Amino acid sequence: MEPKSVTRLQPDIQEQKPRRRYVFLMSTPALLGLFMFLVIPFFMAVGMSFTDQRLLSPNETSWVGLRNYDRLLNVSGMVQEPVRDEAGQLVLDGDGQVEYPRLRTLLRSDPAMADYKLFSSWDLGEKRYIVLAKDPHFIQSFINTLLFVLLVVPLQCGLALALALLINRQLRGIFLYRTVFFSPVVTSIVVVSIVWSFLYHKDLGLFNHYLQAMSFGLIGPIDWLGDPAWSMPSIVIMSAWQAAGVQMLIFLAGLQGISPDLYEAADLDGAGPWSKFWHITLPGLRNTVVFVVISTTIQAFGLFTQVDVMTQGGPQGSTSTVMYHAVTKGFREQDIAYGSAISVIFFLVILGIALFQKRLFDSKGDK
Amino acid sequence: MADLKLTQVIKRFGDLETIHGIDLDIKDGEFVVFVGPSGCGKSTLLRMIAGLEEITDGDIHIDNECVTRVPASKRGVAMVFQSYALYPHMTVRENMGFGLKMAKVSKHEITRRVDEAAQILQLGPLLDRKPKALSGGQRQRVAIGRTIVRNPKVFLFDEPLSNLDAELRVKMRVEIAKLHGELRNTMIYVTHDQTEAMTLADKIVVLRSGNVEQVGSPLELYLNPANDFVAGFIGSPQMNFINCEVLAVTADMLRLRFPCGLETDMPAMTANVKAGDNLKLGIRPEHVLEDASGELVICVDVDVVEHLGGSTFVYADYAGDISMTLQVGGLSDINGKDKREISFNRHYCHLFNEAGKSIGLRKDALELKAAEKMLPMAG
Repeated sequence: MEPKSVTRLQPDIQEQKPRRRYVFLMSTPALLGLFMFLVIPFFMAVGMSFTDQRLLSPNETSWVGLRNYDRLLNVSGMVQEPVRDEAGQLVLDGDGQVEYPRLRTLLRSDPAMADYKLFSSWDLGEKRYIVLAKDPHFIQSFINTLLFVLLVVPLQCGLALALALLINRQLRGIFLYRTVFFSPVVTSIVVVSIVWSFLYHKDLGLFNHYLQAMSFGLIGPIDWLGDPAWSMPSIVIMSAWQAAGVQMLIFLAGLQGISPDLYEAADLDGAGPWSKFWHITLPGLRNTVVFVVISTTIQAFGLFTQVDVMTQGGPQGSTSTVMYHAVTKGFREQDIAYGSAISVIFFLVILGIALFQKRLFDSKGDK
Repeated sequence: MADLKLTQVIKRFGDLETIHGIDLDIKDGEFVVFVGPSGCGKSTLLRMIAGLEEITDGDIHIDNECVTRVPASKRGVAMVFQSYALYPHMTVRENMGFGLKMAKVSKHEITRRVDEAAQILQLGPLLDRKPKALSGGQRQRVAIGRTIVRNPKVFLFDEPLSNLDAELRVKMRVEIAKLHGELRNTMIYVTHDQTEAMTLADKIVVLRSGNVEQVGSPLELYLNPANDFVAGFIGSPQMNFINCEVLAVTADMLRLRFPCGLETDMPAMTANVKAGDNLKLGIRPEHVLEDASGELVICVDVDVVEHLGGSTFVYADYAGDISMTLQVGGLSDINGKDKREISFNRHYCHLFNEAGKSIGLRKDALELKAAEKMLPMAG
């Protein structure tokens, strides 16, 4: 029996060799692209983030260690006492406000503090609390990005689910709605951003006209993109509208995976539409929701184009995002090393959040 | 506990009519089985009674109350689905209590009724599990438990056993019969399996393409099928049909010629039969004898023999293209590819005219039994 099994094995091994070569050959173009545009640039970015490389510079590049990261992440704080005269009385300025020492002077006078800039400050009691950062713009952008994610994920997922529920029925011409709801996704985001800039326009925009007409002039006009309080929500609304079509299709697939028998059983059990949604649809979509939320979150962190086209990070940095900041620093200001450092930190943050979300949903699924 | 009455119930999907005016009377406490081949409309009819499918025309009364336009949950019916349709994220207890919860029954009462139903179905230890952690049979029991808890006037079963393996199917069949014995509610059961129909039903409704073919007790359908369709559908293996030519007609006798040339007299209702007509003679496999000891002897080519130990199935060809099945009690000496004489007795034969309607004489179980004893070789 022995020799027989050997002869049977032989052709298998001979077959595998050319097959392995074939596999390698066929995957080479894809792997080449992957390495050229993703893997190698990623490691280059990690390497560059420890240097002072600039895009166009006559100076030699040199290693600077963690300087870029220090500049990026260093945050400090200080507490100021109000200015008092010799008698210990508070000195008031022209408007009757308590006066504090000039921050600029203070920072300049101390070489250790020279690199810090004001990020935020508030007065409490007689003291002034100051948060300093070496790159307050980055901190601001980071907070903006988090805010964007926090707002856009529930809005976009909710909108997608609502649309999916609306079109998940056997009606004639329903494909038309599906196409309409999906069309923003296949439209260039730049085009969408430009069009929405017009819609958002304070004096000429459609939104303000509708708002004023429908509220008989009580509401508005809102300076959608010019008011720091409204600029980010405006971008959130537009982004959710633009991208919800993808999640809608995923939800639609999820909805079609729920057995119609369950709805009929619920009919017999006397459940109303809301009970059916709560007790059958939502639990049935659990896995879909997990996927949609995680993918939408990761996608939302990369916010760039809308900001670049519509607000350029303004007004007053209220729509600047980490991605926008990285591009601004790295390419527009040519500080590619610093831009790389931002990207690396950002990569770690997103990785952490994705892992955290996955673990959160996994542990819930075990129950 | 309730009567159920269907009056000229019609279902149309657009221009397509699938249920053609069905009348049916179901008495309180009866176990009724709708049976028929796939696509005969039995499930649609059940779903119309349940209120899951709109009734195009006609009326349904439950307990003398018209429920044609009453929503499903208010009809006092409960249904066991083919797929069980258990809510996957709820425990067995929550599944069973969901209907009561929706009806705003107090928590205490829900617990009491779920426990009671669990007692009947021996689901006690499973109450805190999710459906995913249950076997097929257990899921089936939970699905039934869910209907018991609601204490409906009418229980509806939509092919409830078709997803179970053969052994479990028999077990659950017995359990459902027992349950009906205990609860004595009106139950309607849909199946395409005639064995389930025969064993469970007080009354069988045979459906074909949206029409009722016959309504009656299992034995009535077996002994006196109204037409060749019912005759072929009820009984397993299927009844054998032989095309015969009528040679002569008398007051209560037909002279028939078999395809092989055999001529014989057969008692029948001869009112609308004339010489030259083609008739179908039906004989059940269990009534065909493996030797020439019966009254009518024909010669067949044996094709395949299945030895099951307790009985033997013989598949043979008669007169070239008529397939005959024989069920022989116990073991048989017939071999495949044999050429052999088989026979059967007149009183077991069914006759159907060209339209398929039965023209045989009415059979009675006791008379048949007596006739059997008179022919010693028939056993």
